[in-house]
Order: sequence, then structure tokens, then C-alpha cells
Amino acid sequence: MKRKLPALSVESSPFWQGGGDGQLKILFCKACEYYFHPPGPVCPKCTEDNIAPREVSGKGSVATYTINHQRWHPDLDVPFVIAIVELDEQPGLRFVTNIINCEPESVRIGMRVKVTFLQQDDVWLPLFEADQ
Amino acid sequence: MSFRKVGEKGVAITGIGQSEVGRPSSKSAMQLTVDACREAISDAGLTRNEIDGVVSWPGDNNNGDAFSPVGPNALIGTMGLKVNWYGGGYEGPGPIAGVINGAMAIAAGLCKHVLVFRTITESSRRLVDKNAGALTKKTTGRDSSFSWQWYTPFNVMSGINLMAMYAQRHFYEFGTREEQLAQIALTCRANAILNAKAVFRDPLTLDDYMASRYISTPLRLFDCDVHCDASTAIILSRNDVAKDCKNTPIRIEAMGSALHQPWSWDQIDLTGMAARDAAGMMWSRTDYKPEDVGSAQLYDGFSILTLLWLEALGLCPEGEGGRFIEGGNRIALSGELPINTNGGQLSGGRTHGLGYIHEACTQLWQRGGSRQTKAHDVTIVAAGGGPLAGCTLLVKG
Repeated sequence: MKRKLPALSVESSPFWQGGGDGQLKILFCKACEYYFHPPGPVCPKCTEDNIAPREVSGKGSVATYTINHQRWHPDLDVPFVIAIVELDEQPGLRFVTNIINCEPESVRIGMRVKVTFLQQDDVWLPLFEADQ
Repeated sequence: MSFRKVGEKGVAITGIGQSEVGRPSSKSAMQLTVDACREAISDAGLTRNEIDGVVSWPGDNNNGDAFSPVGPNALIGTMGLKVNWYGGGYEGPGPIAGVINGAMAIAAGLCKHVLVFRTITESSRRLVDKNAGALTKKTTGRDSSFSWQWYTPFNVMSGINLMAMYAQRHFYEFGTREEQLAQIALTCRANAILNAKAVFRDPLTLDDYMASRYISTPLRLFDCDVHCDASTAIILSRNDVAKDCKNTPIRIEAMGSALHQPWSWDQIDLTGMAARDAAGMMWSRTDYKPEDVGSAQLYDGFSILTLLWLEALGLCPEGEGGRFIEGGNRIALSGELPINTNGGQLSGGRTHGLGYIHEACTQLWQRGGSRQTKAHDVTIVAAGGGPLAGCTLLVKG
């Protein structure tokens, strides 16, 4: 089924549209040398605005996950995996995503994953698959 | 943290009331609200003319949405109240934010007697739309909400997906097992059987639990609370006037409302949640200790949240929640720490926050009937999950 898409903002567009260039982009504070997510107009650590989107490796590991079995919408294919992936660039740099292209039961905490993009309209959703 | 003045110590609960708990109710949301409020005012030995403040969380924040169809604005005129202060609104430390705000209003000298209420009609709503609560329906078109937009594009359609991930992480870090977590649901059901107002009163066994379907692993059907139509109300009174009320005042010994992390479901401590911040603040405002607590009403919108609150509040050591509740004896009505004594939200009904305060007072005033615990004077109410967290330590007398 078609997914609900986010409203794009100046701050969030690099994250949602970086996949158009094949890049996962996360905001980076040059003063703190610190990645942060979700995006905002200032670095939450120092509240300065010396920030810019920076391409990251797209590699990380599964911090936690769940296999959703409930069909919340008649067109929703179940089961599927929702996960929080932590990126290699920085401890705690993480976000909610899906793990795809594998059996849901094969997902584990700590599993190594890499980004893959799913385009819908003008958004490239950063999803993850096993990194073998 | 240190606090020079702990204002909530000057505030007490003096009365409680609750409408019928319907699944669904044939009464209007406002009728349920009035039923609860009149009962609470009368229980305190007051009249409506003495009520000079009214507050609800979240109040009517979405034009009559079933999550909270009645707010203070509507109630004031309906009941002919004349108040010095009133308030509502979603942002704040979770489902007992109304109690916290009301206590602040009294501590600030704005009011003497505050009516706190919470109305919910999610059962009626779900007869019309089974998935009325889907997160994807909170916005029309693209998701512009500051929080949900980070989850709904990944087909996170219910809060259970987020809280299931807290459970999975807890299982991974601490070796917690499904058979242990089951005790939250089983304990609530055992208590609900003794509560005539509870929604689900048929016996529930561990085998029933383990045979139930997964909604979002590792959480199953019985790990989810049950929608209802109900309203709950309590009266907060300034201590000096509380002494003149009908019941022995139940003092607000300490409250916790802290948030030291982002208001986010995935950027916070996944097993401590905001609960850890709120609990730490609460204990810093009192000389009481966790071992003084005789019972606890701990939020069970999903079972895992109750377990995480047990740990956050220091009622058991961090990571030990699964082993603490194993077998269910400790948290049973006859155990060392009875929890969710009216069946909680899992079996009693999702009265959402104030129901726990109502039950805490029911137990301290020894009105529990067949579900009454052994007499005690100190209890905890804690509510919320993820970034939502508020808690309060209540002491009778």
C-alpha cells in the first residue's frame, strides 16, 4: 500500500530526499563534531547554527525491532519489521525504519544492516536490509 | 536536584467519583463527565459552589475527539461552575498532568478546591471506526506532526509498535521472558474479576495468554489495554480546608514531572523512558523511600510500561522487573506490592490516567470491598509511556 509521507521542511528535506542522490544525509554540527536527528535549525547540543547535512555510510545495527502482525489497514501487508537502527557514525544516532528483503523472524538486535531507499513521490524513505 | 519548597505537600485529595465504565456506554460524554464530577464533589462533602478551579488532561484538544471529548471550557457552563482558574492541554507530563497542574494552582494560591476530570469515549468511537486511533489518521494528507512524521512513513500505525520495541530491548538486555511479562496481564485480570465495573472479568490463564495472537512482537493481544467510555473525577483541596472535608485527606507528598530527554519515542532511553526522569524528581522531593510503599497503580496502556515503571520508580532494581513479577505473587492483591488493583486498563478499562488515582484513593480509604488490600497509607500512581511520564506519591493522613 502507499505509505503516509512526511511533510517536508527546510530542515527535514535532506533526510527524506537524500536518497534521490543515493545518499543518507544526517545533520552535522561542525562546532561540536556531532550528528543529530531528528533535524532542526540548530544543534541541540550547543544550540549554535553551524550545521549542514552530511552524507553518512548508511551502515549500522539493529538497536531494537518488532514484527508487526496487526493489519491496521485492509491494504497493509503483514507481517513486517519495524526497527530502530543505530548508525555506525555515532553512538545513539538512530531512527525508526523498516528492515526489508528478509524473513521477519530472521531479524535480531545487533544485526548488521545497510540502507536502501524506497521512493514514493518526492520522498526516498531510508529502509535497511541485512549487510552480509 | 534540590527543591527549597515542595508546594504539593500543601495539597490533598478529598473526594473521588467515576461514571459507569461502558463498552460502550449509551450516555453522552458530557453526561458521563457530570456523573463523575457530581459524585466526586459529593464524596468530598462539598457543593459545586465551593469548587473554584477545574482542570483536565488533555482537555478538549481536538474538537470533541473520542480520546478526550470534554474539556474544562465545556464543563464550566454545563455545571454552572464559577472558577478562579481552569486549564487543559495535551502537552505536559502525561495522563496525570491534570492532577499536577491542579496541585500547582492550589500551591500558587489560585484556588482552594480544584475539580480534576478525564473523560474518554474510545469504545463508542471504535464501533464506527475500528482503527480510529491509527497514528496515520492524526493528520490528513502529509504528516506534519512534529513527532509522528518520523514513524508513520514506516507504517508505524499504533503506539504499540514503539512500545513493543522497548519490550524487545528489555528482553535482550535483561533476559526478560514473555512468561514473566504475562503476569502483568494475569494480575490485572485477577483483580478485575473482583471489580464489578471492570470491562473483562472472565478468568485468564498463562496458557490463554501464551496462545493469544501477537499484535506487535513480543506484545500480544492481552498486553493491550481495553477501550471504554468513562469519566473519572477527583477533588484536590488546600490542606487547611481539606481537614474540614468528609474523608481523611490523602496528601500529595511528592510529584514527578521531569523530562531530561527529547520528547520523542525513539530518541529517549528505550528501557528507562521519561519515567526515570519523573521518578527521580519525585523521590528527590520526599523523605519516603520505595520500601514505604504499600501498593502501586502503574500505567498499563501496554503491559511492558508497568514493568518499566516498576524499575523506574525503584520498586525493583533496574533490569529485574521480569524476575520481580515472575509467578505474580509479589504483585497480587495479597502480595508485598499489589498493583493495578481494579484491573488496571488492561482489564478494568482505559480510563486513561485518572482511573489510577481513583483506585489508589479507593484502596487508601479501604473501600475496595473484595479487592481491598491490607491497610496501608502510602501509595504511588504513575502514568505514561515513552516521553510521557508523571508520577505522584500519595499519603493518607
